[in-house]
Amino acid sequence: MVAPLAARGPLGLGPGPEAIVRAVAASRRSARLRFRLVFLATWIVLVGGIVLLIGSTGRVDLDFLNTWTPLILGGIPITIAVSVTAIVFATMFAILGALGRLSRVAPIYAAATLYVSLVRGTPLIVQVFFVFSALPEFGIVLPAFIAGTFALSFNYGAYMTEIFRAGIQAIPRGQIEAAASLGMTERHTMRRIILPQAIRIVIPAIGNEFIAMIKDSALVSFVGLHELFWFARTVGTSHFQAFSTLTLAALVYWALTIFFSLFQERLEKRMAASDVRL
Amino acid sequence: MLTPPGASPVVRVLDLEKFYGSNHVLRGISLEVYPRETICLIGRSGSGKSTLLRCINFLEEPTVGTIEVDGLTVAADPLHARNARHREQIRQIRLRAQMVFQEFNLFPHLKVIDNLIEAPIRVKGVPRSQAIATAEKYLAKVGLSEKRDEYPGRLSGGQKQRVAIARALTMEPKVLLFDEPTSALDPTLVGEVLKVMEELAHEGSTMIVVTHEMAFAREAADRVYFIDEGVFVEAAPHAELLDHPRDQRTRDFLARTMRA
Repeated sequence: MVAPLAARGPLGLGPGPEAIVRAVAASRRSARLRFRLVFLATWIVLVGGIVLLIGSTGRVDLDFLNTWTPLILGGIPITIAVSVTAIVFATMFAILGALGRLSRVAPIYAAATLYVSLVRGTPLIVQVFFVFSALPEFGIVLPAFIAGTFALSFNYGAYMTEIFRAGIQAIPRGQIEAAASLGMTERHTMRRIILPQAIRIVIPAIGNEFIAMIKDSALVSFVGLHELFWFARTVGTSHFQAFSTLTLAALVYWALTIFFSLFQERLEKRMAASDVRL
Repeated sequence: MLTPPGASPVVRVLDLEKFYGSNHVLRGISLEVYPRETICLIGRSGSGKSTLLRCINFLEEPTVGTIEVDGLTVAADPLHARNARHREQIRQIRLRAQMVFQEFNLFPHLKVIDNLIEAPIRVKGVPRSQAIATAEKYLAKVGLSEKRDEYPGRLSGGQKQRVAIARALTMEPKVLLFDEPTSALDPTLVGEVLKVMEELAHEGSTMIVVTHEMAFAREAADRVYFIDEGVFVEAAPHAELLDHPRDQRTRDFLARTMRA
């Protein structure tokens, strides 16, 4: 009977415990690598199949795409600009909203609750059109970028209010007690102790909202903003090539969401590594 | 540890009662703590000892009674607890009665040094360089100078608690309140914290300590109070209560504690 591996020392009689650990790690690595390769291969097959399907429709004119794709892709910077601006302002609305929803002052609490209820209770597209079509009836005509960004951030702010409220309430009571015991006022505590920790907690959720925002930015095309979707739709419908251009636009949105998702994953991993836990 | 003669108490609790709903947790507590004294409060969980401590710095609102710290008096006023004047008086008391918590409660997003200077700078208005000097002095006192720029998440439990003690000391309070400071610690880490507390006691800090660590009480207490069901059952100087308890309830409690 062969002695167990662990019993054989490192003196040429066989592998010792360190060798076993290395062997196990190596086999795990190759299993992960195999998994990723099969994943990639499956995607290539599936996406390749979809591409072939699209190609086989006969409705894809490569010359047409050659001519117009640069113009359509030229909408990407505006799409990203709108999304980034809107998420920043949405965050500001959200912090105010969360503080309002946590307020013990009745009118402030009531106003914040109304904001959340009303804005979450009406469709985003209705709100966008409201800014675009209804406000001008009162003489309020906003530039397209401002109108679209405002509608998006006001809407997302309401959803993110609840995210921030949960984040703030997730801070352990002990933090507030320690701050109080040190003589800090409630405002000081919120500004220096609670919010900095809460923001750290909600960053993954904000990342998700940003990725959703990139897709919802397509709606601002309806206020006349020339972003990705506006170009795809306008060029496509005027040349009877809507299938091509809209498919292209969809692929671009997909690529953007994948890109930002990977970026967010990396950010979350880095935050978890240097996690400041108590 | 010797109180100067004729000194007035740093902390005076008068006829304190606390109700949680219908639960009568504190049923009439009166206590005087003089400068340089170390007082230990012992008792079962639920006896009210932590509640008493937390009433002194108004982390709990007393239902009845009066709290006096360093000459500042605040009477129980549960109906007007949110009134701005009441809140400001409480804040002034808290500056003078710093608490060390069972769960440490360090601010995880701030470095150790920043944990210590945040309140002195922004609450007391101490100039930054002076606050840092004071903080570093107390950090050295608890033996953690080298952890100055670390984040709390990287410290062991005993180190966190010592930082918490340094944070309380940096506020230069008149009295230190310890709420079961070692109960959340791994047994091997308890010693380093108790050592710091014993040193503080021997150097003459005024301390009120809620604890289960009888060895600490024996070593450092000027007086030990046994609390049961919301009242003081008995009190005695130094280790007398531990060695010669007079009330049967005290005897039962000590017997159970020693057995554990």
